[in-house]
Amino acid sequence: MRIQTVGTVVLIACMALAPLYFYPFLLMKMMCMALMAASFNLLFGYGGMLSFGHAAFIGSSAYVTAYAAKALALSPLAAVLLGVLTAAAVGLIFGFVAIRRRGIQFAMITLALAQLVYFILLQSPFTRGEDGIQDVPRGMLFGVLNLQSGFVMYYFIFTLTCLAFLAIYRIVNSPFGQIIVAIRDNETRAASLGYDVNRYKLSLLVMAAAVAGLGGGLKALLFQIATLNDATYLASTDVVITAVVGGIGTMAGPAVGAAALVALDWLFAESEFPVMVISGLVFMLCVLLFRQGIVGSVIAFIKRRQEGIREAANV
Amino acid sequence: MDTRISGLIAQIFLGLVNGSIYALLSVGLTVIFGLLRFVNFVHGAQYMVGAFLSYLLLVHFDVGFWLSLAISPLVVGAVSAIIERTMISRLYSIDHMYGLLFTLGLTLVVEGLFRYWFGSAGRAYVVPDMLTGVVNLGFMYFPRYRLFVVLASMVLCIGTWLLIEKTRAGSYLRAAHEGPQLLRTFGVNVPLLLTATYAFGAALAAVAGTLAAPIYQVGPFMGANIMVVVFAIVVIGGMGSIKGTIVASYLLGVAETITKIAFPQAASMAVFVIMAAILVFRPEGLFGRQA
Repeated sequence: MRIQTVGTVVLIACMALAPLYFYPFLLMKMMCMALMAASFNLLFGYGGMLSFGHAAFIGSSAYVTAYAAKALALSPLAAVLLGVLTAAAVGLIFGFVAIRRRGIQFAMITLALAQLVYFILLQSPFTRGEDGIQDVPRGMLFGVLNLQSGFVMYYFIFTLTCLAFLAIYRIVNSPFGQIIVAIRDNETRAASLGYDVNRYKLSLLVMAAAVAGLGGGLKALLFQIATLNDATYLASTDVVITAVVGGIGTMAGPAVGAAALVALDWLFAESEFPVMVISGLVFMLCVLLFRQGIVGSVIAFIKRRQEGIREAANV
Repeated sequence: MDTRISGLIAQIFLGLVNGSIYALLSVGLTVIFGLLRFVNFVHGAQYMVGAFLSYLLLVHFDVGFWLSLAISPLVVGAVSAIIERTMISRLYSIDHMYGLLFTLGLTLVVEGLFRYWFGSAGRAYVVPDMLTGVVNLGFMYFPRYRLFVVLASMVLCIGTWLLIEKTRAGSYLRAAHEGPQLLRTFGVNVPLLLTATYAFGAALAAVAGTLAAPIYQVGPFMGANIMVVVFAIVVIGGMGSIKGTIVASYLLGVAETITKIAFPQAASMAVFVIMAAILVFRPEGLFGRQA
């Protein structure tokens, strides 16, 4: 537990100072990705629900945030909040259709429903078809802080990301989180103990959709554009890859996965070789050999060392 | 005959063509799922590679349609068998979701490489000489090639269904699903059976790709969109039921074209809306047994 606290403090301190040393735009992109992956991790890592439909939450929130900021001229926080609420509503609808199905079927159904959302977004007039919503203003936070500045934007995203991770931590470590894990491990037993399994799963899905929506909305403000790219199935698979590479079922996994994937993206930005091939290969290797992901492997390594030390002390 | 009714029948036939491609893909997917218990996410990429192989054989080696119809499934089946043996088979002992995740990664690699090599643009595959022109069905004229696709798909799908439900090999397959340990004690090579099943399913996808090449454009992402539709169809048919998926494929192919007449904009959404409706009112799918 000590190591976790120290690690968390160090990570937050590093991220707070990072824009002084690194290109803030990349770091902000990373945090948006981390939010989306954290949402997937909350759903799959703790709830056992494999979602292939995150694009629907990300895309719908990105469009609504962009529309609210540009056409409705709402403040950035209100625009993002509206996006988050939209994503949560999409999650609720997904839940009504898919919640009774488990495992692989849940994955396939969410993938299909996300494709439906894609077609709806494609044909709604407010999304402006292939062009997307461009030149989205970042606006003034609380009427005084101009988000057009990279630094101000950075700390805006940083604060919201920290709050979201704190919320996820609280959810996972609450009685609600315990029941969610119990349902993941043995749904029948949880039901026989009197828990309304579907209601718990639906709540978790809505929460996860809201977190993914936060990532999507912030991304729309950051890039100042919302396009169909955020709603294609490749957006969903990106989220899956990020979360699994980082480490499923760990708090830090999504953040580390996002850092790894954004770095990979940046390395291959110049070359013509498609980065999806590299990330696909990394993902295949991960599934075959390192199913715990980066963070999971590190935790396992530390545990093994501690046990080694303990055994040595006993001898 | 009333022109409106004949117009409707014409649309139904066009829907059957799409349904035929859906059926071939969903049957392959179901056969793999039925025995290996994971969803072969790379199925769409295998379909795309099948179409591309036939296209490349024609353009670079002047190999015709009929020979391609044999070569491309054999190549895709063989490569898939190697992938199953060396990689996918390592995942059987753990959660079935990892098979799905692994094939997801494989899909990105294959589709990414084909885009890198051949670009995103679609290419046209010329309809083979023997099958050009139209056939008079009495009430309408129908392109000869599309009629061939419908018939070929029906023969293959019903053949696969008979193979699994009625033959000795099929009974082994079903037994391998029920109790692999017991089957092994009878001297059946179960791992080989799994590899053969996977290769067979992949080969069916390549057949579908070759058949689809003259109808749709051949391009690196041709499999991606159709796969999401096929996933929805498999869910509608009730996962694991071959008969269910065949029927659902043709029904949805037809439903899609009929939607195209009534609400042109909603045609691409029809399958997904139907899937959602069925899940709400009949959660086990049309022909599914498990809850």
